[in-house]
Amino acid sequence: MSLISRPASELAAMLQSKEISSVELTSQQLANIDKLNPKINSYLTVTHEIALAQAKQVDELRAKGEKLSALAGIPIAVKDNLTTIAIETTAGSKILKGWIPPYNATVVEKILANRMPILGKTNMDEFAMGSSTENSAYGPSLNPWDLSRTPGGSGGGSSSAVSSMQAPIAIGSDTGGSIRFPAAVTGTVGVKPTYGAVSRYGLIALGSSLDQIGPVARNVMDAAMLQDAIAGHDDMDATSLPESLGSMTEAAKNDSVKGLKIGIIKELTGEGFQAGVSERFQEALDLLVAAGAEVVEVSCPSFQYAIAAYYLIQPAEASSNLARFDSVRFGLRVMPEGPATVEKVMAATREAGFGPEVKRRIILGTYALSSGYYDAYYGSAQKVRTLIQVDLAKAFEKADVLVSPTAPTTAFKLGEKQEDPLAMYLNDIATIPANLAGIPGMSLPVGLAKEDNLPVGIQFLAPAREDATLYKVGAVLEKLLENKWTKSMMDFAPELKVN
Amino acid sequence: MAKEQLMDYQKALETYEVVIGLEVHVELNTNTKMFCGCANVFGDEPNTNVCPNCLGFPGAMPAVNGKAIENSIKIGLALDCEIAATGRFARKNYFYPDLAKNFQTSQYDEPIAFEGKIDIEGPSGKVFTVDIERAHMEEDAGKLTHVGGSTGRIQGAEYSLVDFNRAGVPLVEIVTKPIYGAGDEAPELAAAYVRSIREIVKNLGVSDARMERGNVRCDANVSIRPKGQEKLGTRTETKNVNSLRSIEKAVKYEIQRQAHLLSQGTAIIQETRHWHEDRGATSSGRPKSDADDYRYFPEPDLVPIQPSKEWIEQLRATLPEKPAIRRKRLQELWGFSELEFRDVVNSDLLDEIDDTVKAGATPQAARKWWTGEIARIANSEDKEISEMPITPKQVAEIAGLIDSGKLTDRLAREVLTGVLAGEGDPAEIVSKRGLEVVSDDGALLEAIDKVLAEQPDVLEKIREGKLQAAGAVIGAVMKAMGGSADAARVRELVIQRASGE
Repeated sequence: MSLISRPASELAAMLQSKEISSVELTSQQLANIDKLNPKINSYLTVTHEIALAQAKQVDELRAKGEKLSALAGIPIAVKDNLTTIAIETTAGSKILKGWIPPYNATVVEKILANRMPILGKTNMDEFAMGSSTENSAYGPSLNPWDLSRTPGGSGGGSSSAVSSMQAPIAIGSDTGGSIRFPAAVTGTVGVKPTYGAVSRYGLIALGSSLDQIGPVARNVMDAAMLQDAIAGHDDMDATSLPESLGSMTEAAKNDSVKGLKIGIIKELTGEGFQAGVSERFQEALDLLVAAGAEVVEVSCPSFQYAIAAYYLIQPAEASSNLARFDSVRFGLRVMPEGPATVEKVMAATREAGFGPEVKRRIILGTYALSSGYYDAYYGSAQKVRTLIQVDLAKAFEKADVLVSPTAPTTAFKLGEKQEDPLAMYLNDIATIPANLAGIPGMSLPVGLAKEDNLPVGIQFLAPAREDATLYKVGAVLEKLLENKWTKSMMDFAPELKVN
Repeated sequence: MAKEQLMDYQKALETYEVVIGLEVHVELNTNTKMFCGCANVFGDEPNTNVCPNCLGFPGAMPAVNGKAIENSIKIGLALDCEIAATGRFARKNYFYPDLAKNFQTSQYDEPIAFEGKIDIEGPSGKVFTVDIERAHMEEDAGKLTHVGGSTGRIQGAEYSLVDFNRAGVPLVEIVTKPIYGAGDEAPELAAAYVRSIREIVKNLGVSDARMERGNVRCDANVSIRPKGQEKLGTRTETKNVNSLRSIEKAVKYEIQRQAHLLSQGTAIIQETRHWHEDRGATSSGRPKSDADDYRYFPEPDLVPIQPSKEWIEQLRATLPEKPAIRRKRLQELWGFSELEFRDVVNSDLLDEIDDTVKAGATPQAARKWWTGEIARIANSEDKEISEMPITPKQVAEIAGLIDSGKLTDRLAREVLTGVLAGEGDPAEIVSKRGLEVVSDDGALLEAIDKVLAEQPDVLEKIREGKLQAAGAVIGAVMKAMGGSADAARVRELVIQRASGE
């Protein structure tokens, strides 16, 4: 029996009833990775032995009748910017090649406590800077729906792994859309929880005030179960929320949207969006309305400054976060030509170890924080951030959730935007506001665009701490779509022909 | 290095007005570091008290030490500062190999404490009110050791070692506003200020306050301007002057050096300078401008600190008495003259004497030992008195042995030498070295008779009432007994012999 195309929630039930074993599931999963990964490049590191040992252990515990978590025995892929003891962690950068962290990220600890075998570490744009995985020092991941296209970024490793059945479920991180955009272009479900809902301890920081870890899955329930497994307060992360946000798994069991007010964000629809994307988006709204939801239009005028503000704040924080990569304590060390001083060694290492996009953002961020420019750049960007929060707060007075397409287009071709950073940045227009405001967002697949037969995602946004609302509405829409299609999104996926 | 020319100090002060500003870093003695759970201990094996956080490993995040916040607030309150309702941490960005993250987590525009003041008594007894601009929290950097090359400096070193045990140790940096009008008392005032800060943090119990270990470090800003000129002169910042004496000397040196340059029409360069205790001079460090760009921005990994009013008031209620008040109280309690007391304060011996008195010595005995013999030895060894390896309890013990007649002053000095040499407590040294006063009259009489036999005319003189003649005998007996005799008893015995008893 092939298990790898089944959703995690279904597999979890089969594991609990001992219909299947974790070793069986994990072995099948690893076999598919061995087959596909050399082509798709979802994983930077595959941890066969670790995964199988963990699977064996969970099977033994289950046989003994130990009480196990809901996802115990479900193998998982982890983005390579989370630290893992004994497993190389590079964040997609040459500067960390070969680095074996001495500590686990809190989320990794939680995965281990939930007894989920770790399949490996997934590819990403270097330090999560990018929307296509083309900035990975280890080559791009490919989109399983069309191997000439991007699986999105920065979390294209996780999205391509989950959509090509190389993992039932995966961990991503989202600073400006790095979970949601890859989900949209690979037909998967991706959630960026409320800032602080999931501990960032052990996440190699990009923009500390924006970063948030979240689930990548093949359906809403799977994502909900994973968020429940990784969320919660952590003393090691001062920005982690003190309170629990409740059970997402329970929220994902919701079956009604009657009376739900859905706000369409005026600034994120219409012009600039691919026709097929807009069409699928409208169809999804129509289904929700037919099911009893009410649609209102809301306006967030400050969103026009969101990308500009984001590309000041995020590089500014990144320029500081990435200062530690200096060859003194870990990672790459490159000796300069001629007599070595510590400054020259640091410079030579950073010159050789960082890719062009990372350098671009370090320079941008350093400039934005410079004396004399701080107020005009970083200071103004923080004001925009406040305006966005204000606009969103007003919008949430009118609506329970806000919607837009997750991205303006379906997956673009690899290489298409690589020479034009600005075009790449504009791709994140719909996802960035949630990071600037700290609110939760979900991307849910709503079918294929007519013109290219590629997945389209809808994005739901909810007020801070109301992540459950996303799962409630997501679960209903998912069911409405599946009823309409008489199959699941993944059943549209092409058989991968990998040579 | 060419020796810099200095203007005569008095002449410099006739021409120029001195403005100083002081930045004092206080290392807190919390059990753990500022942003992680590593032990905050001095002197452990290098790189043993470290973790992903204080090593700046990828993904690590800071968690604030609540005790460090509490201690910082206490320092702020003791300096009559306002305590911020909201205090934020900020990142100070610069690359240096002792700085694990290549940014220091510090405070910038929202320090925990600000706008304070402290009264400092200058050497003449004049009281200056020093305004405190701010007291903010930050983390210490690691410690670099430069190997190879000369004098342990980075120039010419073959390689450098980094010890991150100190990285992340909580610091409070206390910054004064410019101090005007100290005139020729500026150097002493600077030292007196640091002494007061040290006393405050020590009495608060928030720091070990040992300057020789770097628990309290001072950067001294000095500028001078021609008398009557409004515009401030260009300042220099002499870094890490780590003893009270050095602070005094460094400030004085800078005044003289700058005065010479200005008198020659040479502009002062704004720069950091290093103090060299051996040469008694400062040397040029790196140029420093106000535009030093640390790219400060709010630390996104930490939430603002918001101490409640109730908590602040609770902490205020626990503060010990202020140094000025304490001094007044102690002076009255001990009955020292103005001169004696100022000598004690200027020698930085208030705590030592207080503790010695508490351990049972009389105030005068405590004063005599600390300002006398111990100070003399410290001076001859070119050390701070606080560095001397003797405790107030040991001093009190020595004083007690004298009072009970078990030691003479001379023997006591020998015991002191033993304590300083690490031979143990006074009582142990007395027995080990066999220093106890000989109180066996038999042994004394034997020695006396021997001397008298050599000086037969002495007895006659004493009988004639010339008691001072006994002195020669006493001296000879003391010499014969190796000093371990009680001179008063010897005198009694000699007189007894003369009277035929």
